[in-house]
Amino acid sequence: MSAPMPAAPSAEDHALQQRRRRNAKTIGNALTWKRSVPMVPAAVLLLLFMAGPIVYSLYLAFTDAAIRGEGADETSFVGFDNFVDAFTDEQFWNSVGLTLIFTLISAIIGQNLLGLFLALLIEKSHRLVSRIITGIIVAAWILPEVVAGYLLYTFFSEEGSLNAILGVFGIPPTDLLFTLPIVAVAFANIWRGTAFSMLVYSAALSSVPSDVHESAAMDGAGPLRRLWSVTIPLLRQAIATNLMLITLQTLSVFGLIFIMTGGGPAQQSQTLPLYMYEQAFSFGQLGYGTAVALLLLLIGAAASLLYLKLLPEEEKR
Amino acid sequence: MTQTSQATAAAKGSPTKGPAGGKGPRQRLSESASSIVMILIGALFAVPLLWVLFASFNTEASLAVEWPDQWSLGNFAAIWNAETTFRPILNSLILCGGATVVTMTAAVLFAYPMSRYRFTGKRPLLLTIIFATGLPITAVMIPVYSLFVQVNLIDSMIGAILFLGASSLPYAIFLTKGFMDAVPVEIEESAWAEGAGVYRALWSVVIPLMRSGLSVATIFTFVMMWGNFFVPFMLLLSPDQLPAAVTLYTFSSQYGQIAYGQLAAFSLFYSLPVIVLYIFLGRNLGLGFAAAGGVKG
Repeated sequence: MSAPMPAAPSAEDHALQQRRRRNAKTIGNALTWKRSVPMVPAAVLLLLFMAGPIVYSLYLAFTDAAIRGEGADETSFVGFDNFVDAFTDEQFWNSVGLTLIFTLISAIIGQNLLGLFLALLIEKSHRLVSRIITGIIVAAWILPEVVAGYLLYTFFSEEGSLNAILGVFGIPPTDLLFTLPIVAVAFANIWRGTAFSMLVYSAALSSVPSDVHESAAMDGAGPLRRLWSVTIPLLRQAIATNLMLITLQTLSVFGLIFIMTGGGPAQQSQTLPLYMYEQAFSFGQLGYGTAVALLLLLIGAAASLLYLKLLPEEEKR
Repeated sequence: MTQTSQATAAAKGSPTKGPAGGKGPRQRLSESASSIVMILIGALFAVPLLWVLFASFNTEASLAVEWPDQWSLGNFAAIWNAETTFRPILNSLILCGGATVVTMTAAVLFAYPMSRYRFTGKRPLLLTIIFATGLPITAVMIPVYSLFVQVNLIDSMIGAILFLGASSLPYAIFLTKGFMDAVPVEIEESAWAEGAGVYRALWSVVIPLMRSGLSVATIFTFVMMWGNFFVPFMLLLSPDQLPAAVTLYTFSSQYGQIAYGQLAAFSLFYSLPVIVLYIFLGRNLGLGFAAAGGVKG
């Protein structure tokens, strides 16, 4: 288990031995009905509040359910109408495109590469510097989403800190929140989310044995070459899982964008979750909103399945 | 075993990175260069954090980060009342505290048979749980809202607690089962031999042994819930039930002209529990966050 359990290096073998011994012993202990009673509360909660809504959304997405107007009093089946409406709606495709841009800039490029870069710097930098800077970056991550939204809103706004800093270097002010809102919220998500990738890569890097690097250096490989042909291949597993996880997190970002831009101006930062919310609640189209949500859920499910495939086997036992 | 690998990393780092003497000029140069780059990136990350810190003590706060001309507690005095601050914070405590109790209790109870007994369908069950950890909760909020309207759970604190608790369960189960697997079963067996029942053994033998892991999982769950905006925003409506995450959003619309200093003060106050837990737990909290899969590398 990759959890922070206090253990000495030599204890790892010991724990492994114990696990093996235990597995041999538990062979006889089959789960009986009585023994499965403790599983009931969680099972009920998961069935009622997780499986229930997912099954219900399979129904709702094919109806014209609405908060007001047609479909509010009497809900009827409309077949695939909601999906046809979505696929023919320009606004829907605008949101799909923005979601892709948002995920690409903020997760796959931003958080991922910056996280890896920072993890490499942590290894090389002075220990005190590493400690303080990781502290700051992790602090940005654990702050509540709404607080992060306001902080980054002030940072990017016309009279905000970004322009104040740019002004010092004589760079003319920009108003990213209006001119390129999707870039502003993507950068905000980099600020908020990089710590995760950094911690994942940092932990993975520290499990790379140092003699691998030393022998590569002995062979005359430069630092860049060592990074590309020694470190990156060793991190392949961590990179794949990390990419999957941050993609999942980024796809469903709502609060951060909602606070910073509300999806605007003119839908220019309206990613799928915000589009879904607007359709369901501002326009009252619950059925249609659910259809869009279902598409988002399917994308998420696909990514989650991939993540499951990538997860190391010992985590699945 | 993250901690383990860190320990070895520190150990193996000491010959090259240790106190002066063993360092060559090349290494020293690369250490300085890396440190400088890191400080630059860190400074950029720090700017928004400094804004909230300075602005909260500055009654004349603007949108840009600036050292207050006059440090003042005026912003805190302005929000220091039940309606603006204490009730939302109390609501947050009820919502997130309640949901954390629900999640962790259900997770520990569920993880125990998962960790200790053998049964058909165990692997598919675990895979389903891990799969569920990845599902975007955002995408189920509309059906949850409509369901809650129909069963009259909308605007109910209990309903919100149960949903928030359930939505954190898959990950909590995954974490808890991992910690439990690391507790050797022999100790319980001797407890059983002395006549303790399963629940007794779980409560007085297993849980104390996985205390450190459990506290990380509990605090992690709480911190995630504390920051959650979308769930209470959808499920709670009446102003006197809203947690701080949602009232912070309505903060701006309440006054028309936003008083940024007060907004910063409230943000800081609302973030305080998370910050305190972070300082208290240090890196372990971060590791709790990152424990999901990939860490192992």
